[in-house]
Amino acid sequence: MKLAELAELLEGFVLVGHNMGDLEIDRAYAADLLSDVLALTDESTTLVTGLINPQVMRVADILNVVAVVFVRGKRPSDAMIDHAQRAGIPVVVTRKTMFETCGQMYENGVRPCRNRPMSSPESVGSSTP
Amino acid sequence: MPKPADVKPGVRRIVHTISARDIEHGGAASAEVKAELRALGVSLATARRAGIVAFEGEMNLIVYSIDGGTITVEAAPDAIELTFKDTGPGIEDIDLAMTPGYSTAPEWATSLGFGAGMGLINMQKNSDLFEIHSRLGEGTVVRCRIIRRDHEAA
Repeated sequence: MKLAELAELLEGFVLVGHNMGDLEIDRAYAADLLSDVLALTDESTTLVTGLINPQVMRVADILNVVAVVFVRGKRPSDAMIDHAQRAGIPVVVTRKTMFETCGQMYENGVRPCRNRPMSSPESVGSSTP
Repeated sequence: MPKPADVKPGVRRIVHTISARDIEHGGAASAEVKAELRALGVSLATARRAGIVAFEGEMNLIVYSIDGGTITVEAAPDAIELTFKDTGPGIEDIDLAMTPGYSTAPEWATSLGFGAGMGLINMQKNSDLFEIHSRLGEGTVVRCRIIRRDHEAA
């Protein structure tokens, strides 16, 4: 689905990226724990979160996420908005809960992001939750 | 933003200084590292891996180090090397620290969404070569080497 459709579906609005309404949103990852976001997202994903801190947009930037959806009526700070604008990452805000947001996105064809494979055979640990 | 310097032919070195407990700026240096690598022509996929490694290491310096530390990034034509260095407290049991889910993060860090005990493992996962050396009372050095795969689709 398109970014503009997503904002409408969630009864929210596009806070950053008004000119990016046609951006395709097809995969998402939802978490309030940045450690999980860092470990488990792949680069073509949209991030759904209720976490507001300066690190969220920095992580989104580093991970090349497509867009960020802030749930539960959380509003990003001016510094976060500024970072999103500089990095060209659109931001959608909604009053809906994480659960409802994810449910509606899934119902409209958005699917889980694929986890990135291990970087090398020598690496340990599992990338699959 | 620190300027890249030529250390040897074809190798650019960038050093970021990280302050202990400076959560406000946490991750800012890593976002800069990613941007710097992109500016040096590193692919999006490789810069992303380096950015993840930098972020996890930066947060470790902020949360755990006594007096902060440094992130040294060396970009060579074939690989990116990131070295994280602090002067203490040092890690008592590295095997334990590398156990998924194990964390000694203080409450102020976990309340911000950090300290899930996955940082070092995620650094290793995103590196082709990972080394950690630590001595109690002296400090910790983590070295991560990422082979450039700049042919990868951005």
